[in-house]
Amino acid sequence: MFARDPLFWRAGAISSLIVTLAILAMLTADTLSVISTGGANVPAYTVINQQIGYEYVTDRNEYLPTIGGQEPLFGRIYTPGQAEALVREGKLVLQSRACLDCHTMFGTGAYYAPDLTKAWLDPAWEHLWMPMTGTHTRADAMAAFLEHPQQYPTWTREMPDLHLTPAEARAVVAYLKWVSSVKTNGFPYGFKTATAGGT
Amino acid sequence: MQQQLSFPQSQSLALKYFAAAIVLFGVMVVAGILASIDYVHPQFLFPILPFSILKILHIDVLVIWILMAFMGALFWLLPSEYGRELVGIKLANLMFWIFCATVLAVAAIFVFVQTGPGNERTLWLVNQGRKYVEEPRWAAIIVASGVAVFVYNVVGTAIAAKRTTGVVWVIILNLTPLFFLYLIAFPAPTNISVDQFWWWWLVHFWVEATWEVMIGSIVALVLMRLMGTSRSIVETWLYIEVALVLATGVLGIGHHYFWMGAPAYWLGIGGFFSALEPLPLLGMVVHAVYDAGEHHMKMTNEPAFYWMMAEAFGNFIGAGVWGFMITLPQINLFAHGTQWTASHGHLAFWGAYGCGVISVIYLALQSSRRAPYFGGAAWKWAFALLNGGMIGMGGALMLAGMAQAFYERAIGGSTFNAFVSASSSPWFLEGMGMRLIFGIVFTAGYLILAYDLLTIGRRVAVATHAGGPARAPAE
Ligand code: HEC
Ligand code: HEM
Ligand code: HEM
Ligand SMILES: [Fe+2]
Repeated sequence: MFARDPLFWRAGAISSLIVTLAILAMLTADTLSVISTGGANVPAYTVINQQIGYEYVTDRNEYLPTIGGQEPLFGRIYTPGQAEALVREGKLVLQSRACLDCHTMFGTGAYYAPDLTKAWLDPAWEHLWMPMTGTHTRADAMAAFLEHPQQYPTWTREMPDLHLTPAEARAVVAYLKWVSSVKTNGFPYGFKTATAGGT
Repeated sequence: MQQQLSFPQSQSLALKYFAAAIVLFGVMVVAGILASIDYVHPQFLFPILPFSILKILHIDVLVIWILMAFMGALFWLLPSEYGRELVGIKLANLMFWIFCATVLAVAAIFVFVQTGPGNERTLWLVNQGRKYVEEPRWAAIIVASGVAVFVYNVVGTAIAAKRTTGVVWVIILNLTPLFFLYLIAFPAPTNISVDQFWWWWLVHFWVEATWEVMIGSIVALVLMRLMGTSRSIVETWLYIEVALVLATGVLGIGHHYFWMGAPAYWLGIGGFFSALEPLPLLGMVVHAVYDAGEHHMKMTNEPAFYWMMAEAFGNFIGAGVWGFMITLPQINLFAHGTQWTASHGHLAFWGAYGCGVISVIYLALQSSRRAPYFGGAAWKWAFALLNGGMIGMGGALMLAGMAQAFYERAIGGSTFNAFVSASSSPWFLEGMGMRLIFGIVFTAGYLILAYDLLTIGRRVAVATHAGGPARAPAE
C-alpha cells in the first residue's frame, strides 16, 4: 500500500516544503514592504513631531493609532535625519539595557513589567508620574522617570536604575512615541489613552 | 542493544557534550528559581541582580544546553549510521572547551557587567538585549562556529563514509536552515517591526520546525535502538512527521505576526496553519505508543524508554495542546504576552526537548557503562518530581496568565494600571506562589536526576538481566 511506502511520504515532505516556502517568500516580500519604516503600517520616524492617539474605529471593529497635527517633542521639531538618529539611539539603549527582559513590546519580551507598545499614551504619566517628578509634559515625566526610576517607585515591583544619560532617556522617549504609532491590528485591545477620557 | 562502544572516540566526545548539557541545565534551574522568587518577593536581590539578568541567564542557558545535548545525541548516534568515527573529532573537542569557556565568560559578564551604554560596542561586548540570544556578538560568533563544526562533523562524515540513510538525509538537510537561522542573532534593526519579523524566524523556525525535525530524527534513531523498530517503519513515520511539521509550521509562523505591525492577512493564515501544528505531534504519540505495544515494552533501559514516552506526550500536550489554546487570534489578542505564554513555553520546551534529550543520555550511558540493565528507584523519583514539578508550574502559570488575560487585557485595556491590578489579583499571586513551590519540586527532581546519571550502572550489583526491574541499593 502506498501509505506504507516511505518514498511516498518523502515526496510529500519535499512538496509541502516547496509549496509553503514559496507562499512564505511571497508573503514575506509583501509584509516587509508594509512594515518597513514609512510603509503602510509603520510611520516614518518623523511621526515623533506629531500628535499620536489610539481610538476605536467602529466600522473596522478595532483600535487604531491616529496621527494628528504637529506636536513638538522636548520642545522641538526634528528633521528626518535627526529623527532617525534619535530613534536609532533609542533602539540601542533598549537593547543595551535589555529592557525587553523585563518588559514586552508588541507583547513580546518578558512579563515582569508592563507592555511598552503604548507606553507613550499611558494615562498614568499624567496621573502618576507628572506630579511625582514635578514635570509639566508627558515627555519630560518619562525622561525623568527613565533616568532615575528608583526615585519614583509606585508599587511592589520596581524598575532598577539603568544609568541612562539624559540624552539616552530622551532617545528612548522618542522611540516609545514612534512605536505607539505603529498599526498593530487592534492590540492592545481596549487601551484608553489619557485624552480619550480614560479615567 | 547496539554493540557496546563501537566508536569510542565519537562516543566519548558525545559524553562530554552531555555532561556540559546537564551542568548547564542545573544553572538554568537556579536562574529560574531566583527569577521566580522576584515575582513573590520583588525586593529579592534587587537591584544587584535584577529580574532581567536572571531571565537572560535562564533562557539563554536553556538554548545552549539543549543545543549541546542535540550535538551530543548526534555524535553518539550517527557513527553507527555511518559505520565509522566522525571526521572532525579533534576540532569538536577543541570547540567543546572553547564553548564551555565562552559560556562561563558570558555568564560572568551578565552577572557582573549586566548592561552598557547605548551603542554598538555594548552589543559586541556585553549584551545584545534580544530575547533568547542576548549573548554579545563576540560570543554569538563562537556559538555559530560551534554549530558550524557540528554541521561539518555530520556532513563531512557522511561524505567520508560514502554512506547515508534516509534519517541522515533528513538530519543534514535540516541542519542547513538551523545554522543559517542562528545568524539572525546578529543584526539590530532600528525598526522594531522588522526586528521582530526576522527574530521570529529564528525562534519559531527553530522550535517549531528545525528543532522539531531534529528531535524527530533523534527519536527515530533511538526507537530503532531502544525497541528494535524496523528502519522502514521508522523512516515512514519520520517522513510523515516532517511533511506535516513543515506543511503546518512554516506558515504557522503567522501566529507571531498578529500584533507586531504586519498585515492583517496573517491573522487568518497564521491562525489556520498553526492550529494544524498539533497534528504531527499527535502522530508522534501514536507512533511511540504503537511501537511500544508492538514490542511489548521489552527493553533493557527503563529510564530511556519512559523519558521517550514523556517526550512524545509532553510534546503533544505542551506544544500541541497548550499552543493550540492560544494560537487563534481571537484568543491570542488577550492571552498574548502573559504568563499563559510562559505556561506554554515551559511545557513545550520541557516536553519536546528536555524529556527527549534525557532519554538519549540514558541510552548513551547504558552502553558506555556496559550495563545490561538500567532501572532502579532513583530515576523514578527524578522522573516523577521533574514531570510533576513541571506540570505544577504549567498549571500555576496558566492560572496567573488567565488572570492577566482577563483583568489586564480584556477588561483593563493593557494600561500600566491594568497591569498592576492584574498582577495584584489573588489568582495571579497564588499562581506565582504555586509556581515557586513546584519549581522547588522540579529542582529536587533535577538533583536526583543528576545523581542518577552520575551513578546509574556504577552502583554495585544493580544489574539483573532483562527479567525484572533491578533494584538499586537502599538510597
Ligand atoms: C529589572 C526589570 C526592568 C528593566 C530591565 C526595565 N524595566 Fe522598566 N519597569 C520595570 C518595572 C517593575 C516597572 C514598573 C515600575 C514602577 O511602577 O515603579 C517599569 C516601568 C517602566 C515604564 C513606565 C510604565 C509604563 O507602562 O509606561 C517605562 C516607560 C519603562 N519601565 C521603560 C523601560 C525602559 C526603556 C527600559 C530599558 C532602558 C526598562 N524599562 C528596563 C522593570 C524594568
Ligand atoms: C525550577 C524550574 C523553573 C523555574 C522556577 C522557571 C522560572 C522561569 C521564570 C521566572 C521565567 C520568566 C518568565 C517571565 O518573563 O515572567 C521563565 C521563563 C522561561 N523558562 Fe523557565 N523555569 C524553570 C524551568 C524551566 C525549564 C526546565 C524550561 C525548559 C526546558 C524552561 C523554559 C523557559 C522558557 C522557554 C522561558 C521563556 C518563556 C517566555 O518568555 O515566554 N524553564 N522561567
Ligand atoms: C516544541 C514546540 C514548541 C515550543 C518549544 C514552543 C515554545 C514557545 C515559546 C518559548 C513561546 C514564547 C515565545 C516568546 O515570546 O518568547 C511560544 C509562543 C507561542 N507558541 Fe509555541 N512552542 C511550540 C509549539 C507550538 C505549537 C505547536 C503551537 C500552536 C499550536 C504554538 C503556539 C504558540 C503561540 C500562539 C505563541 C505566542 C504566544 C503569545 O502570543 O504570547 N507553539 N512557544
Ligand atoms: Fe510559533
